[in-house]
Amino acid sequence: MDEPNIISVTGLCNSFGDQVIHQDLNIEVRRGEILGVVGGSGTGKSVLMRSIIGLQEPSAGEIRVFNEAMIGKEEDEITDVRRRWGVLFQGGALFSTLTVAENVQVPLQEFYPDFSKELRDEIARYKIYLSGLPAEAAHKYPSELSGGMRKRAGLARALAMDPELLFLDEPTAGLDPIGAANFDNLTRDLKETLGLTVFLITHDLDTLYAICDRVAVLADHKVIAIGAIEELLAIDHPWINEYFSGPRGRAARRGHGAADDKAGVETQQRGRS
Amino acid sequence: MDMANPANFVVEDSPDGGHIVRFSGSFVIASIGDVDGRLRDLAGQVTHIDLSAVDQLDTVGAWLVHRTAKQHAAAITGCAKDAGRLIDAISGVDGREEIPKPHASTLNHFLAEVGGGVVVGMTTFLQFLAFVGQVVKALFILMMNPRRFRWHAVVQHFDMVGVRALGIVGLMSFLIGIVIAQQGAVQLRQFGAEVFTINLIGRLTLRELGILMTAIMVAGRSGSAFAAQIGTMKITEEIDAMRTIGVVPAEALVVPRVIAAVIMMPLLGIFASLMAIIGGGVLCWIVLDIPPATFVQRLREVTPLTDFWVGMIKAPVFGAIIAMAGCFQGMQVKGNAEQVGLKTTAAVVQAIFLVIVLDAFFAVFFSEIGWD
Repeated sequence: MDEPNIISVTGLCNSFGDQVIHQDLNIEVRRGEILGVVGGSGTGKSVLMRSIIGLQEPSAGEIRVFNEAMIGKEEDEITDVRRRWGVLFQGGALFSTLTVAENVQVPLQEFYPDFSKELRDEIARYKIYLSGLPAEAAHKYPSELSGGMRKRAGLARALAMDPELLFLDEPTAGLDPIGAANFDNLTRDLKETLGLTVFLITHDLDTLYAICDRVAVLADHKVIAIGAIEELLAIDHPWINEYFSGPRGRAARRGHGAADDKAGVETQQRGRS
Repeated sequence: MDMANPANFVVEDSPDGGHIVRFSGSFVIASIGDVDGRLRDLAGQVTHIDLSAVDQLDTVGAWLVHRTAKQHAAAITGCAKDAGRLIDAISGVDGREEIPKPHASTLNHFLAEVGGGVVVGMTTFLQFLAFVGQVVKALFILMMNPRRFRWHAVVQHFDMVGVRALGIVGLMSFLIGIVIAQQGAVQLRQFGAEVFTINLIGRLTLRELGILMTAIMVAGRSGSAFAAQIGTMKITEEIDAMRTIGVVPAEALVVPRVIAAVIMMPLLGIFASLMAIIGGGVLCWIVLDIPPATFVQRLREVTPLTDFWVGMIKAPVFGAIIAMAGCFQGMQVKGNAEQVGLKTTAAVVQAIFLVIVLDAFFAVFFSEIGWD
C-alpha cells in the first residue's frame, strides 16, 4: 500500500517480427501524479500502455501495477487489479449498441452485480456529470455524439469503478482547442478531487504544460528521459530539443507562463458550471 | 487495498429529537455491500450524519452520504477535508434536471413500430429502385467509356464469387444429385419405373435445383460478403472519400460485383448441374445397376436442350439480384457495427427470397411458352 510507485516497468522488450519497438525500457509512475508520455509516431507509446494493461504480451521484462506482477498471469488472476484502473482508449471505444448511461454501467454490472438498479443508475448519472457531459447525453447512443462528447463518455466509463489509476490514450487528439483545454482541466480536477494517478499518452504540448507533473520521453526504443518539463529542457537530445523548442513547443511554453495557477483555478470553476 | 472494515452505520437518538446516523468503515465501491439498501429504507427524522469514523471514502461512498443527507435534509459532521471535496464535487449533479429515459406506452410503441415499419418498407423500396437506376446508369456510362471499366476488380470478384465457390458448390450439388436419385428410385420402384430416375435427375438438376441451390449458396457466400464489405467501407467513410475524389461508388464498387455475379452464376450453375448428374449417376450405377454409358445415353434422350437453356437464362438474373441486394444493403449501413450485421442478414434473406419468387415466375413463364 505504501509503495510509492503505482506502475513500475523494468527491462521491457517488445517487437513485432523484425521490428523492435521497445528494448530494455524502464518507467515508473508515482502515486498521485499525472505522467505524460510523449514520443514520435511509432515509438511505441500505445504499445507501452497496452503492455501495462495486459493487452499485449511483451517478449521480455517485468511489469508491476499496484505492486503486483502482471506478466504471465491469466485473465482472471488480475481481475482485482483491473477493477482498480480505468482506461480511456483513443476513439473512446464505447460499446456502440449501448447508450452512454448503459456504457458506464457495464463495469459496475460486471464487478458488482449485487448493486441495485437504482444505485447503478445514480452512479451513472453523477459519473456522467463528473465527466462534463450534459444530462441529455445519458440516453444517447455513441453514434449520436460528437467526437469530444464520445471521449467524455469514454472517460465516464473509465471512472465508473472509482479507479485509483487512469490510463488516457491521446485524450485531446481530435478535439478543438477549447474542448481540449476543458478536457485538460477536467483531468486535473478529477485527479485532485478523486486522488487519481494518471498515465497520459499525448502529442498535445499544451496538455503537457497544463497538467502533467512529469513527462516521459520515448525514443530509441526506450524512455530516454523522465522528469518535470524544466528538467527535460536542460537535456541535450536532438528529439527533445526539437520537440520542446520547436515553434509549437515554444508557443505552448509561452502560453503556460507564470500566471498558470490563477488561470487554472478560473477554468476549474468554469468547468464545473 | 485494505478491505478490513466494510461500510456500516448505526442510528442513535439525538438530543434534539431526531436521529444521528454514524457512518463507519470504508465507504468505497468494493465494500459498500448492503449499506445502499439499508440507507434507502432508513425511517424517521435524521438530523445529523456523522462521518468521523469513516476510514476511506470514494465517489460511491460520497454519493451515499450525499443522497442520505439530501433525502433527510440532514447536516454532515465530522467530515475530513478530502471527503468534503468529494461530496461537493458530486453534489453538483443535483442542479441538473434529470432526463428520464425515453419511454412510450405499449400501444404507442406498437403503433410506432407498425408505422415505422411501413415507412421504412416504402422508403427502402423506393431507394432500391433508385439504386437499380444508379447501377444501370453506371453501366451505360461504363459502356460509353470502357477505359473507366475496372477489369482488375471484376477479375478479383470472379475469383471470390466463382473459383473459390467451386469446392463447396460441387460437393453440395453432388450430394443433392445422390439424394434426388435415391428418393426418386425408392418412389419409382413401386411402379417398376426405376429407369425414370434418370429423367428426374437430368431435368430437375438442369432446370431447377442446380441453379437454385447454387443461387442460395452464392447469396450466402458472396451476397453477404458484398453487404459486409460495402457496409464496413460506409462506416469507415471510405465511400464518402471515394465520392469526394470523384469516383462514383456505383461504378467502382457495385458494377464489378454485379458483373462478376452475373457471369459466374451460370458457370457455377453448369458446374453444379454436372456434379449433381454425376452424383445421381453414381447412385444409379450402385443401387439400380445402370452402367454409366447407359445412364449418359438415356440422359441425352430424355433431357431436352431447353432444360439447359431454362437454367442458363435464370442463372444470370439470379446473380444480378444477389449482387444488387448485397450491395444495396451494404450501402444502407449507417452508424455502428451492429448495422453491418443487420444489413448483411437482410441482404442474404432478401436475395434468397427474391430468387425463389422469381424462380416461381420463371417456372410459369417457361411452361406457358411451351418449354416443358
